[in-house]
This record gives sequence, C-alpha cells and structure tokens, in this order.
Amino acid sequence: MANTTTKRGLIARYGALLKRPSTVAMGVILALGFIAGVVFWGGFNTALEMTNTETFCIGCHEMEDNVYQEYKETIHYSNRSGVRATCPDCHVPKDWTHKIVRKIQASQEVWGKLTGFINTRDKFLDHRKEMALREWQRMKESDSRECRNCHNFEYMDFSEQGKRSVSMHSTALASGEKTCIDCHKGIAHHLPDMDGVEGWH
Amino acid sequence: MKKLATLLFAVLASCLAGTAISDTGGLNSLRGSTDLDKVRQADDMKRIPRDRETFERDYLHQPPLIPHQVRGYVVDLNSNKCLSCHSWTNYKKSGATKISMTHFATRDGQTLADVSPRRYFCMQCHVPQSDAKPLVDNSFKTVDALDGK
Ligand code: HEC
Ligand code: HEC
Ligand code: HEC
Ligand code: HEC
Ligand code: HEC
Repeated sequence: MANTTTKRGLIARYGALLKRPSTVAMGVILALGFIAGVVFWGGFNTALEMTNTETFCIGCHEMEDNVYQEYKETIHYSNRSGVRATCPDCHVPKDWTHKIVRKIQASQEVWGKLTGFINTRDKFLDHRKEMALREWQRMKESDSRECRNCHNFEYMDFSEQGKRSVSMHSTALASGEKTCIDCHKGIAHHLPDMDGVEGWH
Repeated sequence: MKKLATLLFAVLASCLAGTAISDTGGLNSLRGSTDLDKVRQADDMKRIPRDRETFERDYLHQPPLIPHQVRGYVVDLNSNKCLSCHSWTNYKKSGATKISMTHFATRDGQTLADVSPRRYFCMQCHVPQSDAKPLVDNSFKTVDALDGK
C-alpha cells in the first residue's frame, strides 16, 4: 500500500514537475539545447565554410595544376583595383538553400576524386568539355547569379565602358535576352573545344 | 717602309679598339643615352585603349590595325575568340567587321569553306596599338587610292 502511494506520489511529482517545471531545470535544459544547437549548427556551417575557400578548392592537384594555373593569368586574379574573385565566388551560390544544393552535388565530385576521374592533365582535358557544359548550364539557369553577386547591371556606368561593351550590355543584356555567361565564356579558364557551342566559330 | 706602316697601323688600331672598350659612356640609342654599366630607368608601361575609332589604312593589302584591347583573347586549337565576333556567322550580332574573302583562300588561291589555316592565327598579321609616341619620324605616304584627298 505504502509502496504504491510512493510510486503514485513519484509519478505525480514528475507530472507536476512537467506541468509546472522549476525554472532552474527548465533553464538548464533550454541552455543545453541551445548550446548543442549552436555547436551543431556552427560546426556544420564552419565545415561548410571551410570547404568554401580557395585553399580548399585547390587543395587537390586536379584543381591546382589545371584550372588554378589558368585562372592566375586572368583579370579575376589580378587587376588594377585588387579585388579578387576566388573559386567559390563563381562556383558556389551565396544564399543558403542554393549553397546546400550545390554542396550535395559536390559530394559526387568527391567520388570522382577518389576514383581518380581526372587525376592527370590528359584525363582532365578529356572531360573538360562536359564539365564546362555543366557549369554553363548551371549559370544560364541561374541567370549568372554568381557573376551578378559582384557585377550588378543596375550600377554599370556605360560612360566608363568601352564601345563594344556598351553596344552589347545596353541591348541584349538589358533586355534579358542574354545573360553574362552567354557572352563571357572562358573568362577564368582555358576553353574546351568550342565546336558546336552557340556563338562560337 | 711597308713593314713600318703595317706596324703603325696595328698600334693605331689597337689604341682605337682600346678606347672603344674603355669608353662606356655617351652611347646614344632611341631610348636615350645611358652608361653601359648603369641600369636604365624603365619607361612607363604603355596602355592599349579599350576601344577607339578604326585606323585608316596606308596601303592596299595592309592588315588593318586592331582598334580595341585584346587582353585575354585566346586563339588556339580549341577556340578562336576573334572569330566569335569577326566570323561571317557572328559579325552581325557583334557589330564587328567581317573577315574578308582573302581569309578563306589557300596560298594556291583556292577558296575554302572555312577560314584558311594560314589566316587562323589573327595576331600574326593584326596588332593593336598602344598610346606610345613614335620614336622616329615616319615619312611614309599613304597610297593614292587610300589618301582620301
Ligand atoms: C568576387 C566578385 C566577382 C565575381 C563573382 C565575378 N567578377 Fe568579374 N570582375 C570582378 C572584378 C573585381 C573585376 C576587375 C575590375 C577591374 O579592376 O577592372 C572583374 C572583371 C570582369 C570583366 C572585365 C574583363 C576585362 O578584360 O576588362 C568581365 C567581362 C567579368 N568580370 C565577367 C564576369 C563573369 C562573366 C562572372 C561570372 C562567371 C564574374 N565576372 C564574376 C569581380 C567579380
Ligand atoms: C550580349 C553579350 C553580352 C552579355 C549578355 C554580357 N556582356 Fe559583358 N561584355 C560584352 C562585350 C562584347 C564586351 C567587350 C569586349 C570584351 O571585353 O571582350 C563586354 C565587356 C564587359 C566588361 C568590361 C567592361 C568595360 O568596358 O570595361 C565587364 C565587366 C562585363 N562585360 C561584365 C558583364 C556581366 C557581369 C554581364 C552579366 C550581368 C555581362 N557582361 C553580360 C558582351 C556581353
Ligand atoms: C570569374 C569566375 C570564375 C572563377 C573565379 C573561377 N571559375 Fe571555374 N569556371 C568559371 C566558368 C564561367 C566556367 C565554365 C567554363 C568556362 O567558361 O571557362 C568554369 C569552369 C570550371 C571547371 C570545369 C572545367 C573547365 O575548365 O571548364 C572547373 C573544374 C573550375 N571551373 C574550377 C575552378 C577553380 C578550382 C577555381 C579557383 C582556382 C575557379 N574555377 C575559379 C568561372 C570561374
Ligand atoms: C567582342 C567582339 C570582338 C572580339 C572578340 C574581337 N573583335 Fe575585333 N572588332 C570588333 C568590333 C566591334 C570592331 C570595330 C568595328 C568598327 O568600329 O567599325 C573590331 C575591329 C577590328 C579590326 C579593325 C577592322 C577595320 O576595318 O579596321 C580588326 C583588324 C580586328 N577587330 C581584329 C580582331 C582580332 C585579331 C581579334 C582577336 C584577337 C578581335 N578583333 C577580337 C569586335 C571584336
Ligand atoms: C596572313 C596575315 C593575316 C592573318 C593571319 C589574318 N589576317 Fe585579317 N587581314 C589581312 C590583310 C592583308 C587584310 C586586308 C586586305 C584583305 O582584306 O585581305 C585583312 C583584313 C581583315 C579585316 C578587315 C576586312 C575588311 O573587309 O575590311 C578583318 C576584320 C580581319 N582581317 C580580321 C582577321 C581575323 C579575325 C583574323 C583571324 C581569324 C585574321 N584577320 C587573320 C591579313 C591577315
């Protein structure tokens, strides 16, 4: 008899506690949850950010020996204003949703790395066209979102641009008929065989 | 007498040669005069204007000068940046001058269906101009047909 009362008393006590939790306990639970969340979220994002640096991108020789060397000769590596565009600036979306989607796709590329898909210069060149076509497709679909993160059409000063730039930007670009990547292929790397690509010979 | 003359000549010649070697100054070139043992201050880098009016030509068959910047324009086996604007398929959209018929001809005078291999590397013949002042005067007269007078 006495036992059951204690038992019921215990359950009741917990019940009561759940109904009206002591502020301290509640505070502890909340705080722990909060800290865990921060650690997880932070860790996750830190890990994401770590993979979002140029050092990471050229950490493997496939990138360091091929695209990076070529990119070093272009305007996005060195220019009069000293503002650089790094690999993720052009290749990884800035906003979270698109970034995660791109990162999940990138995990397939890790598989490519493990299986030595492009581990020599020759293999890289053999596959360059399909990789380039995929990037062009992605940029076309996003209306060159990554380019526009830095270059905003609204703020282009036509009086400062060359004649040829203005004649294209004020027409095909302004009307939305074309997007940056339609006209600016090969801006950061050597091109693959352009046979059959629109606008090329 | 003849021997003496040869000797004198040899001595004179070696003296002259000696002075020529020891005298390092006062050498004049188009870049001004600098002592041979000094390193000359380099000129400022010349700039190529982004776009300008097309250049007048001075003689028939002159490859016209390029009136725009060509930095980063690649011409190789895979792609030809110049033709992406100057080819017959693309010139209308880009507003560029189309390449002329001669660019399709082989050296035997046959006309090919596409740019002739000997005209594929545009910068062999066409070059842009920097804003540098000419170092020497030039009295070349534009041929009558292009003189515009
Ligand atoms: C991180 C910012 C950034 C991103 C992203 C970026 N750019 Fe740029 N871009 C620059 C800067 C900085 C310059 C050089 C400006 C200067 O000093 O003249 C430049 C220059 C250029 C030029 C001028 C080339 C020349 O020869 O004058 C073109 C064309 C261009 N970018 C196209 C693109 C395209 C296309 C993309 C997308 C694939 C892109 N940019 C992405 C920052 C960026
Ligand atoms: C319809 C074709 C076309 C589109 C679309 C286009 N451009 Fe251009 N752009 C050109 C041409 C042609 C030039 C001048 C030639 C060159 O630089 O090779 C140029 C030049 C530039 C320059 C150098 C400007 C100067 O004169 O100093 C920048 C920067 C640039 N583009 C960025 C962009 C960006 C960013 C976008 C997308 C928002 C874009 N372009 C879309 C054709 C285009
Ligand atoms: C200014 C924007 C820009 C920057 C910076 C940039 N890329 Fe690219 N990348 C492109 C574009 C555009 C393509 C599509 C192919 C082309 O047009 O050359 C591309 C294509 C690629 C490809 C596919 C293969 C190929 O050559 O087409 C790889 C791999 C690549 N980039 C890696 C990198 C790495 C690594 C870096 C940093 C060292 C980098 N990119 C920096 C714009 C950029
Ligand atoms: C973005 C498009 C574009 C590209 C790329 C381009 N050009 Fe041009 N080019 C033009 C335009 C536009 C003109 C000016 C036509 C005018 O003003 O009448 C021109 C003019 C010229 C002229 C002068 C023609 C004349 O009748 O005087 C030559 C020569 C020339 N380009 C050669 C080249 C070469 C060589 C390359 C490659 C290294 C090249 N262009 C790349 C657009 C381009
Ligand atoms: C072997 C030298 C040579 C090469 C290589 C060459 N050109 Fe020419 N180009 C000429 C000469 C010479 C003329 C002027 C006479 C003529 O039209 O043949 C000319 C004329 C032109 C004109 C003006 C045409 C007109 O109707 O007034 C353009 C534009 C041009 N070339 C562009 C190019 C381009 C682009 C390339 C590369 C695909 C190229 N050229 C390669 C020699 C050359």
